[in-house]
Amino acid sequence: MTAAAGLPSDRMDGAYGPVRRKEDARFIRGQGLFVDDIQRPGMLYGAVLRSPLAHARIVSIDTAAALAHPRVRAVITGQALQHRELAWMPTLSQDVQAVLATDKVRFQGQEVAFVVAEDSYSARDALELIIVEYEPLPAVIDARKALDPAAPVIRDDLAGRLDNHIFDWQAGDQAATDAVFAAADVVVTQDMLYPRSHPAPLETCGIVADMDRVSGKLTVWSTTQAPHVHRTLYALVAGLPEHKIRVISPDIGGGFGNKVPIYPGYLCAVVGSILTGRPVKWVEDRSENLMSTSFARDYHMHGELAASSDGRILGLRARVLADHGAFNGSAQPTKFPAGFFHIFTGSYDLRAAHCTVTGVYTNKAPGGVAYSCSFRITEAVYLVERLVDVLAYELGMDAAELRMKNLLRPEQFPYTCPTGWEYDSGDYPRALQLAMDMAGYPQLRREQAEKRARGEHMGIGISFFTEGVGAGPRRHMDILGLGMADGADLRVHPTGKVVLAISCQTQGQGHETTFAQIVAQELGMSSDDVEVVHGDTDRTPFGLGTYGSRSTPVSGAAAAMVARKVRERARIVGAALLEVGPADLEWENGRWQVRGDRDQAKTIAEIAMAAHSSLELPDGVEGHLDASTVYNPPNLTYPFGAYICVTDVDAGTGEVKIRRFIAVDDCGVRINPMIVEGQIHGGLADGVGMALMQVMAFDADGNCLGGSFMDYLMPTSMECPSWELGQTVTPSPHHPIGAKGVGESATVGSPPAIVNSVLDALRPFGVRHADMPLTPANVWCAIQGHPVRTDLAIP
Amino acid sequence: MQVPAYVEYEKATSVQHALALLARFGPEARILAGGHSLIPMMKLRLVQPETLVDINGLRELSYVKVTDGELRIGALTRHAQLLDSAIAGRHFAILHDAEKVIADPIVRNWGTVGGALCQADPSEDLSAVFAALKASMVIQQADGSRTVPVRDFFTGPYATVVAPGELLTEIRVVIRPGGSSAYAKVGRRAGDWPVGAAGAAIWLAGDTIAAAGIGLTAVGARHFAAAEAEEFLRGAPVTEASLRRAGEIAAEHCHPSSDQRGPADYKRHLASELTIRALRRALRRARGQEA
Amino acid sequence: MQITVNVNGADHSREVEPRLLLIHFLRDHLGLTGSHWGCDTSNCGACVVWLDETPVKSCTVLAVMADGHRVRTVEGLERHGELDAVQQGFAECHGLQCGFCTPGMMLTARWLLDHHPDPSAEQIRESISGQICRCTGYENIVRSVRWAAEHAAAAREDGGLATEARA
Repeated sequence: MTAAAGLPSDRMDGAYGPVRRKEDARFIRGQGLFVDDIQRPGMLYGAVLRSPLAHARIVSIDTAAALAHPRVRAVITGQALQHRELAWMPTLSQDVQAVLATDKVRFQGQEVAFVVAEDSYSARDALELIIVEYEPLPAVIDARKALDPAAPVIRDDLAGRLDNHIFDWQAGDQAATDAVFAAADVVVTQDMLYPRSHPAPLETCGIVADMDRVSGKLTVWSTTQAPHVHRTLYALVAGLPEHKIRVISPDIGGGFGNKVPIYPGYLCAVVGSILTGRPVKWVEDRSENLMSTSFARDYHMHGELAASSDGRILGLRARVLADHGAFNGSAQPTKFPAGFFHIFTGSYDLRAAHCTVTGVYTNKAPGGVAYSCSFRITEAVYLVERLVDVLAYELGMDAAELRMKNLLRPEQFPYTCPTGWEYDSGDYPRALQLAMDMAGYPQLRREQAEKRARGEHMGIGISFFTEGVGAGPRRHMDILGLGMADGADLRVHPTGKVVLAISCQTQGQGHETTFAQIVAQELGMSSDDVEVVHGDTDRTPFGLGTYGSRSTPVSGAAAAMVARKVRERARIVGAALLEVGPADLEWENGRWQVRGDRDQAKTIAEIAMAAHSSLELPDGVEGHLDASTVYNPPNLTYPFGAYICVTDVDAGTGEVKIRRFIAVDDCGVRINPMIVEGQIHGGLADGVGMALMQVMAFDADGNCLGGSFMDYLMPTSMECPSWELGQTVTPSPHHPIGAKGVGESATVGSPPAIVNSVLDALRPFGVRHADMPLTPANVWCAIQGHPVRTDLAIP
Repeated sequence: MQVPAYVEYEKATSVQHALALLARFGPEARILAGGHSLIPMMKLRLVQPETLVDINGLRELSYVKVTDGELRIGALTRHAQLLDSAIAGRHFAILHDAEKVIADPIVRNWGTVGGALCQADPSEDLSAVFAALKASMVIQQADGSRTVPVRDFFTGPYATVVAPGELLTEIRVVIRPGGSSAYAKVGRRAGDWPVGAAGAAIWLAGDTIAAAGIGLTAVGARHFAAAEAEEFLRGAPVTEASLRRAGEIAAEHCHPSSDQRGPADYKRHLASELTIRALRRALRRARGQEA
Repeated sequence: MQITVNVNGADHSREVEPRLLLIHFLRDHLGLTGSHWGCDTSNCGACVVWLDETPVKSCTVLAVMADGHRVRTVEGLERHGELDAVQQGFAECHGLQCGFCTPGMMLTARWLLDHHPDPSAEQIRESISGQICRCTGYENIVRSVRWAAEHAAAAREDGGLATEARA
């Protein structure tokens, strides 16, 4: 196996299949280009000074000593930004966020000043030379107390703001739901917390901002999952003309929603470059990432499930308190302040459902939508899957049997759930049965019974989830007014090689490979002949970026549609070349062929050359095959899955060992099964983290206790089992290639499977529920009969 | 990433040279061995020494050997070397039990036994291990050396009796026949600091426990030891009831604090549960029932 | 102070501050950006390189400690333009997604295979237990290392081809 010749690949029929990734060639050689790898001539380095207090008035900021440091070139404060009307910036949720604090600091870790220096070590040193005087204020840390009459008002920067209330939102039919509950045999109620967590991609957030004073062009290399949205935002916020802004996403070391927002450090770097006339690099350290960038979850949920005494699920109700931190910066489509939480109806045939969500401010970092949540579907699925298990517990029914009894049936699709989502396709019982067969479910239950008799604690937990991904139809879904449609451009060179420019942005999902496969499949060529360009706003069409598993559903659809446009142009040119009419041609074996005469056929490559030649071209084509498109999805796509988790719990210590994890996923047509499986593996590990060890906890004073990987814990190779994957394929009827998204499915489906498993193991102790994370201490406390509240540290 | 403040640096070429450098640069000088306790603290700027005295070149401080009936471990021995040492594992299984769960394999390549002990973190695994083994600590001075029992070595969180100008050079454990040892730890993930951990060493005389050593970490045990439980076990019959009572006594005498890793009552429970498990395993090994 | 470090077979001399971390020396002074950093507390392992045949977390080592010593980074895995079996294994088995943890993982794998040419899945997991991956869920990393072990064995049987392990 020689190196330079490239890497091996398998080919199935057509271009779909486990094709090896093109992007690997640079990464395995250590030649990826990440933001911190970028060097520009004359580059300076930025560092952010952050508040040590959760809530305090700023009395004074003295930057003289920092400015006097011989290697410092600029020190920026909120006051300086105020003069440029840049001290505040809009968030993705119609709120404003401080870029650098002016009046108060509102969370521990909030940005207070920005230093620009000749090297990163000096920038760090200079931070210690800035003297800030604070007047501490009482902090609101417990979201459940944020609306108490005596609670300090955090957002006194907003005119007329008298409390910490952000929004109330609801979905579903309250009257119908109340009626169902009133008439039901059984109502189970359960409070549950989805703790605050953080996506923690391995690469932290950063930027190199380079304002060219001569041309007036701002070039930004940044860790962004949505380069075009960032470009438009920089134009709006910084008052720079958009055609003079170029945003480049180089290689990104994981996004997971953390790299969707624009962070204050980015704007400070831009201002720093404008002030100094030199490029400015700012890359945050891990504690900054954990303490100040977009957190995830933090939903305090009160769930109720109404059922008949024989286990038919009739209705669902949920009341949610959403902790949004000090600024409402969560990133979801404008009309959905609670994201897609109202898909909490789940995978079951319900009569009615209703939910309310109340958002509040607290003295913590902003965010909320991140960590592969599919816009709050992680929270929704956790709620319904836990409630179903609580129902099983109360009725003494088997958790699999209860689900099988209530799952939507294939003939019910397309299915509109009580809160309005139209699920496109699915065969749910088949997926659950496959998972049970793979797991050997009856044998596991027998083993569990034997072990229980011996005082050993083994758990079997199930989760069945329906996801809704691929935001989305532009009339319903926009981010800051930008409709969530995505573009794709396809250029066909004379020799038939093809360049696809897409608007979405890979952070490890393998778009350079999979999108090449999509185009190759449509055009009958090898994916080696398709080059994918992404991540540079100067070279790609507008789109809303990669998050919420939307790349395949939206951008992938755009890629297929633009390839079909090219193919249709090629039909016209091909007909001219073959001297027949376009209707005489059929697409067969990757060529335009005269009907019934396989000797009279042309490939796209041959037609491309002809389009550039002296061939007389008919109406309908101008001289090349290039095309562009914008894809406005008609609906989301609805991948689904059935997960089964087997755990062993040591009751003496509370330690949990995940013995097996079976995951059956259905994401419609799979372009590259190898990449799909990789995405699922990664999401399942997320579940291990969230279920067993992760929480961004605070003490009563608002000190963030999750500021490093010593305390905000990542699952390692030792906690993750060897994942057992299965699949069913139910194509999406409305997607051009029948594909659905998959990137977040496993993160959505795995936490409830693991929690259900541990609680199943603890059933002999009478434990009905315990909140994540199920650390050894928390498991033990649950066994003792006093499950703990996990988001606030014990003082 | 966070980075240290400015610091000066000297490379020691011998133990005497290291001591001379420490004397010259005074109390603001710190020994740099593996650096895997010190450098993280310097990056977070929790400590800001003026001078680092690098002793990584002092190969003569890196060894695991048996001399005069003692297992002797050089302070510069890397965790990985101790884990790899057949001699160490043969005499004291607790050393291998513990090293397997200290930090992670990469950190163990560079962090040292002496460095970990001198860092004196209240949750340090090796502190409990050597407390259980009733080790002696050899501290070199400019004009000689002194030996301190490990239970007198730690004076508080992050504090030991090693004075400025002194260097820990060796840890010694007396080898006695008729016994074995074990370690039991609970963490929240692989490589975590202990939420609670216990080390036990036990020597038998027939069906009686001749002597026992019990070390505890992360639970506020005095000198990382459960002296009252050890006293109870001396002469006690080898029964499950003896072990359970020892666990109870160990738990009664520790002072855990509630924090993110767990509430105090859970840690107290762990002190008992893990003491019992470590004793049980040491016992099985002493009787040849387990490797 | 002046230090000389042999990196991937070549000597590099630079004037550095004692506090300079080895990871920054490699990335910023020598331009070898294949090694990464991802945390502040020596947990993530994105910075793993070899220091004298031993994998270390280069964020927790000072550059001055490497003076007179040898360092091997991901850029030094390839030999004479030929990819190491570990690199091929990672590409063959989809052992990487975003690529950020990959250099550290591969260098640990290379060390493991040099010392344990036929490691079990459990041994592989244990060897990388101090390194975080956020993308792969570790499964394909384990398969990649197994692939490298099996193909190096096959190559040895064939009389040593491009997949020959580093001596």
